[in-house]
Order: sequence, then structure tokens, then C-alpha cells
Amino acid sequence: MFGKLTWAAIPLDQPIPLVTGLIVILALLAIVAWIVIAGHLPYLWREWITSVDHKKIGVMYVLLAAVMLLRGFSDALMMRSQQAIAFHSQGYLPPEHYNQIFSAHGTLMIFFVAMPFVIGLMNLVVPLQLGVRDVAFPTLNSVGFWLTATGALLVNVSLVVGEFARTGWLPYPPLSELTYSPGVGVDYYLWSLQISGIGTLVTGINLVTTVLKLRTRGMTYLRMPMFCWTTLASSMMIIAAFPILTATLAMLILDRYFGFHFFTNEAGGNVMMFMNLIWAWGHPEVYILVIPAFGVYSEVVSTFSGKPLFGYRSMVLAVMAICIISFMVWLHHFFTMGAGPDVNAIFGIASMIIAVPTGVKIYNWLFTMYGGRVRFTTPMLWSIGFMVTFILGGLTGVLVAVPPADFMLHNSLFLVAHFHNVIIGGVLFGAFAGYTYWFPKAFGFRLHEGWGKAAFWFWLIGFYVAFMPLYAVGFLGMTRRMQHYDVAEWRPWLILAAGGAVLILIGIICQVAQLVVSIRDREELRDLTGDPWNGRSLEWATASPPPVFNFAIMPDVSGGDAYWTMKQYAREHGLQGNERAYRDIEMPRNSPTGFVCAFFATIMGFALIWHIWWMVLLGGIGAFATFVVFAWRDHDEYVIPAAEVALIDRTNLEQRRAALSLAGSV
Amino acid sequence: MNIFDPQGPIAAANRTILIDSVAIMLTIIVPTIAAIFAFAFWFRQSNSRAVYRPDWAESGRIELVVWSIPALTIMLLGGVAWIGSHQLDPAVPVEGTGSPVRIQVVSLDWKWLFIYPDQRIATVNKLTVPVGAPLHFELTSGSVMNVFFVPQLGSMIYTMNGMVTQLNLRADQEGTYQGLSAMLSGDGFSDMMFDVHVVSPLAFPGWAADTARGDQVLNSDSYAKLARQSVEVSNTSYRLADPELFGKIATQEIPPGPGPESSATPTSGISGAGNVR
Repeated sequence: MFGKLTWAAIPLDQPIPLVTGLIVILALLAIVAWIVIAGHLPYLWREWITSVDHKKIGVMYVLLAAVMLLRGFSDALMMRSQQAIAFHSQGYLPPEHYNQIFSAHGTLMIFFVAMPFVIGLMNLVVPLQLGVRDVAFPTLNSVGFWLTATGALLVNVSLVVGEFARTGWLPYPPLSELTYSPGVGVDYYLWSLQISGIGTLVTGINLVTTVLKLRTRGMTYLRMPMFCWTTLASSMMIIAAFPILTATLAMLILDRYFGFHFFTNEAGGNVMMFMNLIWAWGHPEVYILVIPAFGVYSEVVSTFSGKPLFGYRSMVLAVMAICIISFMVWLHHFFTMGAGPDVNAIFGIASMIIAVPTGVKIYNWLFTMYGGRVRFTTPMLWSIGFMVTFILGGLTGVLVAVPPADFMLHNSLFLVAHFHNVIIGGVLFGAFAGYTYWFPKAFGFRLHEGWGKAAFWFWLIGFYVAFMPLYAVGFLGMTRRMQHYDVAEWRPWLILAAGGAVLILIGIICQVAQLVVSIRDREELRDLTGDPWNGRSLEWATASPPPVFNFAIMPDVSGGDAYWTMKQYAREHGLQGNERAYRDIEMPRNSPTGFVCAFFATIMGFALIWHIWWMVLLGGIGAFATFVVFAWRDHDEYVIPAAEVALIDRTNLEQRRAALSLAGSV
Repeated sequence: MNIFDPQGPIAAANRTILIDSVAIMLTIIVPTIAAIFAFAFWFRQSNSRAVYRPDWAESGRIELVVWSIPALTIMLLGGVAWIGSHQLDPAVPVEGTGSPVRIQVVSLDWKWLFIYPDQRIATVNKLTVPVGAPLHFELTSGSVMNVFFVPQLGSMIYTMNGMVTQLNLRADQEGTYQGLSAMLSGDGFSDMMFDVHVVSPLAFPGWAADTARGDQVLNSDSYAKLARQSVEVSNTSYRLADPELFGKIATQEIPPGPGPESSATPTSGISGAGNVR
């Protein structure tokens, strides 16, 4: 009846996951109970869960990323404390638990923190920057989000029902094959990523279509803000790379469920094939993450320097170059497999070549600051912190691209330090910069600067204290993923690294406090102008938060830095007559398709993990039926009458004018 | 285990390339970081002496320079990578004194088996080699992937079931060094550390002869016992009954390790097909 699922799947003998899980479940139940009792459920359902508004979906993506960041970071704290303790001892985490923790940490941080964070920012900002009303396929957007959430949910269910993979964030066979990992851990991994991978793929398709097909009048490609370019590049890479991941994991699923032999030891299976395939996705993946972050930095540095981005065209070229070259370097993840020197050298050099366009970007941001008026706001601090930190990450990255150096550093804690250096210093700092920068656009009030700066400094210093020791201990030969060790010279570094993790923890606490304080003081931090930073691109041309239709009248773009140009024009020629010709606006209707589909996908995923075949059928048919029902819809749009548009727009404009004249009189 | 304290030519050459590469990169990275701080500080909003040029965003000359600097650096480093990859290819034999020693390495769950086919002996988690002699390793895995790595002797390399990789090293100082697996291989992975005893060329044959007189024999029975999942604390040594053992493991004539004991009876009906051979 319930496949492999029995009461034994609940880890009653392991207090840490059980207690954590129970606390989380109780907290969730409490929140749900409060929502229902306080009568917020209809509001949530109408305005958020079924929303197809790109702004709200963007916010939900970022919220998902933030919650998963807390979960992934608690894993990190456990790993750092375990390694600080486990010298000549087993520490407090047995290997079967410790191995799950680092596997879950990597999986969560990449797939359910970094990905949703950057996708959330892209969703929120790109249609606004392009001057349009929504993404190309609004309902598909909602489906993409909810499928991502399904994946995150399944990973977290593994905490209390069964186990998670013990095979690392990329489940290398044959360890991940049924022979060596007979439990459900790898299956949790596989189905979580298969389901969320579909979500990511449709989001990529959606964003590419949006950038290519939906731009306001005059918004030519070379007038698009850099963030739109990086979104385009990243989304194209998603479309090219994620099917490889899906196919690779599908092959591993066939091995595990139907006795195929793609990657087994026996019957002609080939483990190296898995590694080649997974990295053919995996290397582009890191650029999928970091390129949107580059876009955020471009916007932030240019805004807070009060200048256009330096070398815009060469930046576009650099982004597109990275987009292509990143598909040609995957083999540098396994120089030590014994391929010949020609293969190693060619892939090493190809990997280094990526450093050229990346280096160019750093110089472009540098020269954007040159001749500017740099304001050290929180987003700008994240950006400067990024530039310095990312250069170091680039150095260590190019170092491990030199095969003989990699022969000494592969899989060591040096490598761990390197990819945290580029992912924290590159992707996460960018995500935080974007979060602080666009928060007032999404909610109508700014985040508290003091707490934001405190968070930045704790994160920055915490990062260096946590990961510089890992570089050092990598030089001392320590390999990654060790549950315990007997080498005395490693220990001081690992204790220091644990201290760094505590500093980062304080940084995260500051971020939570920042959010709480900002919500409390939202009236003081209110932005009525829609343009709190003296911005340059179109998202600042509309109110904060923008009305559901974004722009009452589609903006007309006549140059790069569209909104800056408009403001300059207004300054020189005075504000034009206010009578704008409002028209009816058609907007997509809300749809529960995404949520219902994800509900059934969750059931199907869970059932597949536990081999509950009738439930697989139920979930599969349910998810498919949801699509069919959606496809048969008769009305997919509703009309906002011109009079209502005019009312909303005039109110916003008046507020803005009042705020601006107030600011002008001070 | 410090890789900056190499005890053989391969480790030393790898270290040199590592240091050279860092030095080459630092020459452009240090000025760049300095410029970031300098520009950000000088062009701060409150500095009235800094010139504000709100529309300056293009300069062909600067662009040329900023594309050239990383490109030139990478050309130089690319040369280092090309030459280094060829000189330090793990499959290329190293020079040395005395006759080369052949060692066949089998990674098991979770221990290392070192087979000396010419001496007709085998050891577990203890590698003994003569100082100065070329060491030729052939490596495979008796179960999942692992990485053979002795940080102070040089390059690491994968071990994979059904495949044989090659590694050539040399140890130049007598002493005991530590090696480890650099690839997660399951629950006992952290215990896959092993000792490398580098002994004098005179002591080595004696050690081999002593070991060959031991009472434990490595044949298919004792190998099957060894291939089961366990953490090995005693450094057992064996007389090698079958000099072809390594080949049989590598060609899967001896099947790969069984994994966790419970997997012999998978609970699901449909996945049982995985065991058919």
C-alpha cells in the first residue's frame, strides 16, 4: 500500500533532524493556523498564491530563497562545528548524518537559494526595466515558481521522513547507484531536482521570450539595461544546460528504478560519462548564477556612481562570450581522472579564457566609478565587497585551471574555499545588493541602512574568517567532506573557520533585524517618488510598488539609461503637459494552475521516492489534468478600464510630485 | 601533509607551477584591487575636489587596455598550463635511482590495498617504498570511485572500477608521510588515510622478503572478505597468491564490492533487476 514507506522512515533515533523537523512543522502549523483564524487565507490565495503578476512571483521566489538560506546555513554551522570538534574523535555527527548534511547544504544552496534568488530578481525587475506589463507567459511563470517550491519542499521532507542523499551535492555514481546507496536519500535528491528543474526550464524559456519579444517602444537591444542582457544570457544558458541535467538524472533514475546500466560498475556502465554529463550542465550552471549577479552590480555601480555603465558594448560582448565559452570547459572538474596532457591543457586554457571577459567586467565597473559621485549605500557596499572578493576567487579559480596545480588541490578544502569565494562573493553578494536595491520598488519603502551596513560588514569579515582558513588547510592536504580527522595541523584552521561561520550568523541576524525594523518603521522609510536612488532605468519611472499593470502608458525610450534620459529631458525642457491619454488595459487573470499542479507534483514526487505506485498515478494524472483544465479556459484576461487606470496613475503622480517638491524645498 | 613541503620531484614541480601561477596573477590583481579602493575613495560623493563627469562612459583606449591585460596574462598562464600538463602528466615515468617499483593500488570500501606484483606481496593502508626509486602506480577501484593522494609526493589520481589509471611518483626523503582518499566514497571515507613509509633502498628488499614470509595469503577468498564494507585499523599484510589479482579486479573478473550488506535484498520489487548480471 505505501511502498517502501514504513514507520521506520521516521528517524526517531536521531534527535537532531527529528527535533528540528518537529519545530519547523509546529512553526508552519502555527503560521497556517494564524493565517486561517485571522482570515488572511482568501487574501493570500487571491493576491499571492494564484497570482500571475511577475512582481509577486519574484517576491515569492526571493522569500523561498531566504527561507532556504536559513536552512542551508544551519547545515553549514553544523558542518563547521563538527569539523572543529572531530579531531581524534567522532564529533557529534556520525558519518551517515554528516554526509547528508553536506549533501543537503550544497543542494539547497545552489538549487533552492542561489537559483530562486536570482530568478526572483529577474522576475521582479526585467519586465519593469523593459517597460512592459508582465512576462511573456504569466501563468507559466507561476507554474515555474511552484514547481521550484515543490523541489524545496521535498528536500526538506527528507529531514523527517527517510533520509537525504549522502553522496554530495552531485551524486557521483557508482556511489549513488542502488548497490552502494540503497536508501531513499538519492531518490529524494533526484526527484526534487527533476521537478524543480522543469520549473527552472520553463522560467528560462519565459524570460528569453520576454526579453526577445516584449520590449517597449524604442527599447532596442543596445538600449536595454545590463541586467536585461545578463538575464537574457543566463536564461539562454538555462535552456541549453538544464535539459542536460534532466537527461543525466533521468539516466540515473533508470539505473536505480529499472536496473539500467548507464553508470553502474557492471554491464558496461560508465561513471565517467556521468561526470562529463553532469558538469556539461554544472559548469554553465555557475555562470547561470553569477551572470545575473553581474547584471545587478552593473545597475548598482552605475546608479550609485551617477554615471552610465562604462564600456556598455564591451560588457555585452563579455557576457555573451562567457555564455558560450562556459559550455566548453566542463572537463576542468576532473583533470585528475587521467586524461592525456593535451585534453587537460586544452580544457585548462579554455577555462582561463573565461577569466578574460570576466576581468574586463571588473575593469568596466572600476571605470564606471571613475569620474562618478560614489554614494556608499548598502547595495554599493555589497558591490565593492564583491569586486575585491571576486578577484581573489578568480585568482584561485584560474589557479585550479592549471592542471599541475589542480593535481595538488582538486577536491581539497582549497577548492571548497574557491567556490564559496565566487558563489558567496559573486552570486550571494549580488543577490543581497539586488535585494536592498530593489526592495523599495517591490514594497514602497526602503530597507534600514544601518542594519544593512552592519549585515554587510559581518558577512564580509565572516566570509574571510571562514574561508581563508579553508584555503590554508587545503594547502595542508585536507580533502573535503571529512567527518573526522587525526591531523593536528588542520585543527586550528578549522576552529578559526567555525568562528567565521559565527560571524556570518551575526550577519544573517542583522539581515533579519533589518527586515523587522524596516517593516516597523516603514512610514519613515516610505518612498513616494518611485525613484529612491536617483535611478537610471525604467523600473524607477513607475510608482513604488508599481500598479499591477506597471505602466499606465507604455514608456517611449529614446536612448540608453532610459529613465535618466527622461529626467534630463524634463530638467532641461520642464515637465510636459500632464493630460495623458489613458486606455483600457488588459491583464492576465490569476490562475491556481501553478499551485494545483505543484500540489500534484509534490504527491507524485513523494510517491516516486517511496515506490507508492498508485499515488504516482494519482499525482501524475492530477498534474496533467490541471494543465488540461487550464488549456480549456475561456477567459484568460480581464480589463482595467481607462478611468481606473487614470485614477491610479494620477494619484501616483500627485504623490510623486508632492514628495519631489518637498524634497526640493528642503 | 603540507604541499609546500614536497618530498619528491613531482610534488616539487607542481608546487613551483602553483607558486608561479599565483605570482603571475598577483602582478595584475594587486594593482586592480588597489585601484578599486582608490577610485571608490577618491570619487566619493563628499569629495568636492573630484571631477564629476556624468556622461563619460566610453574610451576606446581604456577598453583596449582592459581587454589586453587579462588576455596577455592568460596567454602567459596558458603557456605554463600547456607545458606543465605535458611535463607533469601522471602517466609519464619519472627518473630515479635503482630499479623502478611497480605498485598496484586498489581502493576498497573503505581501505587501500597496495599490491606489489614483483615482490608477490600486498599490504592494507600501509605503503612502503624505497627512497629515490621511480614508483609506478597502476590504480583501480574495487567498488566506488576514490582519489589516491599523497600530498607531499605529488599528483592525485582517480581510481575507478573497470578502469586502470597510471601515476608516477618518486620520494626523495626517508620518513613517514600520510596519504588519503580525496573523493567521498561513503560512510567510512574519512578513515581512508594511509601511511607511506619511505625506507632506504637497502631496507626495502628486506621488508619485502619479511612480508612475503607472513602467514596471511591474499587470494580470492581473503580478497572477498577485504572487499566488504569496513574500516580497517590493522595494517594487515599478505603474501600474494595470485599475481594476476589486480588485472582480475580491474577487468571485473572479480566483481566489484557488494556495498552495504542489506542491499543484497532490495525492498522494492521493480529495482531487483539491477542485480542481474
